[in-house]
Amino acid sequence: MEIAPVLRALTHRKIGVVLIVAQIALSVAILANSVSIVQQRQGLMRRPSGLDEANTFSLTNQFTGSSSDLSARIRTDLAALRAIPGVIDATAVQSFPLRGYGAATTVTLRPDAKSPFNAAEYSLTLNGLHTWDMKLIAGRNFHADEVKDFWLGISNGAPPTAIITRALAQRLFPHGGALGQNVYLGTSAPTQIIGIVERAQTPWAAGSAWGTFGPEESLLVPFQWVSPILAYVVRTEPGRNDAVLALAPKRLFAVSRARVISDAQTFADTRAEQYRSDRALGLVLTVVCGLLLAVTAFGVIALTSYWVSQRRRQIGLRRAVGARRLDIVQYFQVENLLISGFGAALGVALGFAGNAWLVSAFEMVRMSVAYVIAAAAALLVLSQVAVLWPALRAAALPPVAAIRWQ
Amino acid sequence: MMGYYLQLALRTLRRNVVLTSLIIAAVGVGIGAYMTILTVFIAMSGDPIPDKSAVLFVPQIDAWGPATRPPGTAGSVRLPDQFTYRDATGFMRAHAARRQTAMYAVQLDVTPPVGAPYAQPGRAAYRDFFAMFEAPFAAGGPWSVKDETDLADVVVLSAALANRLFPHTGAVGQIVSLNGRPYRVTGVLKPWNPMPHFYDVSGNPFTLGEQLFIPFTTAIGHELQSAGGQGCASVPPPGWSGKLAGECIWTQFWAELPDAAAVRNYRQFLLNYSAEQRRLGRFHWPPLVQLSNVNEWLALEHVVPNEVRVNSLLAFGFLAVCLVNAVGLMLARFSARAGEFAIRRALGASRPDIFLQCLTETAVVGVLGGVLGLGLTALGLAANRASLGALADYADRLTHLDPAVMALTVALAVGATLCSGLYPTWRATRVQPAWQLKAQ
Repeated sequence: MEIAPVLRALTHRKIGVVLIVAQIALSVAILANSVSIVQQRQGLMRRPSGLDEANTFSLTNQFTGSSSDLSARIRTDLAALRAIPGVIDATAVQSFPLRGYGAATTVTLRPDAKSPFNAAEYSLTLNGLHTWDMKLIAGRNFHADEVKDFWLGISNGAPPTAIITRALAQRLFPHGGALGQNVYLGTSAPTQIIGIVERAQTPWAAGSAWGTFGPEESLLVPFQWVSPILAYVVRTEPGRNDAVLALAPKRLFAVSRARVISDAQTFADTRAEQYRSDRALGLVLTVVCGLLLAVTAFGVIALTSYWVSQRRRQIGLRRAVGARRLDIVQYFQVENLLISGFGAALGVALGFAGNAWLVSAFEMVRMSVAYVIAAAAALLVLSQVAVLWPALRAAALPPVAAIRWQ
Repeated sequence: MMGYYLQLALRTLRRNVVLTSLIIAAVGVGIGAYMTILTVFIAMSGDPIPDKSAVLFVPQIDAWGPATRPPGTAGSVRLPDQFTYRDATGFMRAHAARRQTAMYAVQLDVTPPVGAPYAQPGRAAYRDFFAMFEAPFAAGGPWSVKDETDLADVVVLSAALANRLFPHTGAVGQIVSLNGRPYRVTGVLKPWNPMPHFYDVSGNPFTLGEQLFIPFTTAIGHELQSAGGQGCASVPPPGWSGKLAGECIWTQFWAELPDAAAVRNYRQFLLNYSAEQRRLGRFHWPPLVQLSNVNEWLALEHVVPNEVRVNSLLAFGFLAVCLVNAVGLMLARFSARAGEFAIRRALGASRPDIFLQCLTETAVVGVLGGVLGLGLTALGLAANRASLGALADYADRLTHLDPAVMALTVALAVGATLCSGLYPTWRATRVQPAWQLKAQ
């Protein structure tokens, strides 16, 4: 198959060529960027929180009435929750991974260093690691004498010890050896790192509220959170999560009616709620991408059909002087490959330019080369498949009829 | 003549059905996708208080100093976006604006006369809040200045909560039990939920709003904790008094500044205040202040996530692809009818006549595409409804009740189709009657 005559023929239909090139180029650029965004979002959404997610639920509890004996009321509640058959452990906390709000703290290596908030902070007791099913990769859990009540608004001083996540350890001590070191949580009193857990995602799904620390840079401090509003996080035996979730409010009300319980939900629901808008974004982009491919395919079919109808006489002539059907089909395929190949190449450039702009103007993540290549390849294949139908119709023209019709 | 062209256009729709419906589909799908995403964007980025967005201001001062400042994007400084209690009340005392309010989010237990208590989001604010933010009263009014100085237990209820508590009687003057204390209802609002929730963006700005409002001073008197975001530059001194004296930010502050002179004066006031704090030994750095009106504030706080902006750009790109597609399809459609135009030209139609005829046809196709786009927009928003959350109602309002948005959709479709039809139309007018008729 010679390319030169195909190219020469194309110079006679510049507008059509420009239209297909523009369409393919735009499609490659949009597809690559959309898929990159969707993939990146999905990566974020799939990030494990660190908890035993399938077997964990939480509820928000607000005590009403006198708040003088809160510490005792919390302990009674926890005992009642742990007594429910199927419960492995329960803990009362201010926040937990993916809750949407929580506390952040300053962590520095020197007492006088000032810093913006740079880690999420969870108050956890002895049962914390067990309830959250977090794996210690180094060091130890808190000791009973380290855990103190943390009354909101009452200074407790810096905690003597803390457990940090691997991500935070790597940031603070890039050369290792975090265990046993002292850090400072905004005060001059040191806090010793006694343990490192594999993972504990921050309360914020999309990174940190301040944008200054990573999604897994969390710190656990040995406090029992004591406040009228707190969350009970409960871990159950496999398969018992829903049943215990239904029973838990009843058991708590049996302990005392002086409370308001809200947001009783499985961890799966917490996760779904946190990522709701991300899912919607992904869905919209996926639908748009699907429509984009369909529209582009139809565009190629329509324009090629138009060309076929314009070139009936030439096709008939070629057939009459000995071209096989295959030659005609091949002609249109080569022609399409040239046009869409040019469009795809332009699309790759456009896609990168667009992405660079998105990165600088909207702080999006840089797109990997693979997405652009894949998008270009996808549109080339789609375009080739789309051209088949009009090409086959052209090949089906009987030579005589093709000449006579015009 | 236009009537005749319209008739012709409608008749030709039935010829070449496949090609015509492809054009309509391309325009409709492009417009539908774009409008779906644009509607969400409009719902999120709309001016929540158009009458006053230019005169309501958030002041910011450098309460924490340069060392604790998170690295902002280049060229901008990120000052704390909330206030310490002492600064907020200091501003209130200074009374440097016509109207002003310090405020913070609270959560209160409501104990109804019968049934279990339930928690309700609320706001502790000064009485100017209602006038500043145009919160409309259905009955009663705000509490008095005296209520504020007396730390009176008074409350303004939302329409929904008033109806829930007192379905059969007027709520004003009634007593409501909040956190176990009796509060007197001074007013009930009409349904009011500005979106985004611009006056406090420390939580989710697209949630349902507060159900009750109490005086700021009363909330502080009862030691009500903040239910919103909170940050501390240093560990505060012990106890409630420590929280009030400490360097934790958990209150918001707004000032109403009616003109440029007032804004200038207020900026000077902020600088003076910061300098004063430096003299007192609290700030160890030169004054740095910022004043933002409502829309500047929403931009500064990134209330519309970048993802939504990127989405609307991608959707616009998709619309462009659809329109490029439509150009090609229309080119094919008009070319197929070169013979018809040649006959009309031979019978005396001028080029402008052909142009007008083709344009009318294009407009008809555009209207049909627009109608299809409108349907797809409604479908897209319905599909997205669950994920839009509190925005869903807002998006509904925009699409279902707003003729302006509907007209915009169809106008956009017709305009875009006409633009993409220009070249094919021009080509159609260039048909050489003699050559074309001979070729037949």
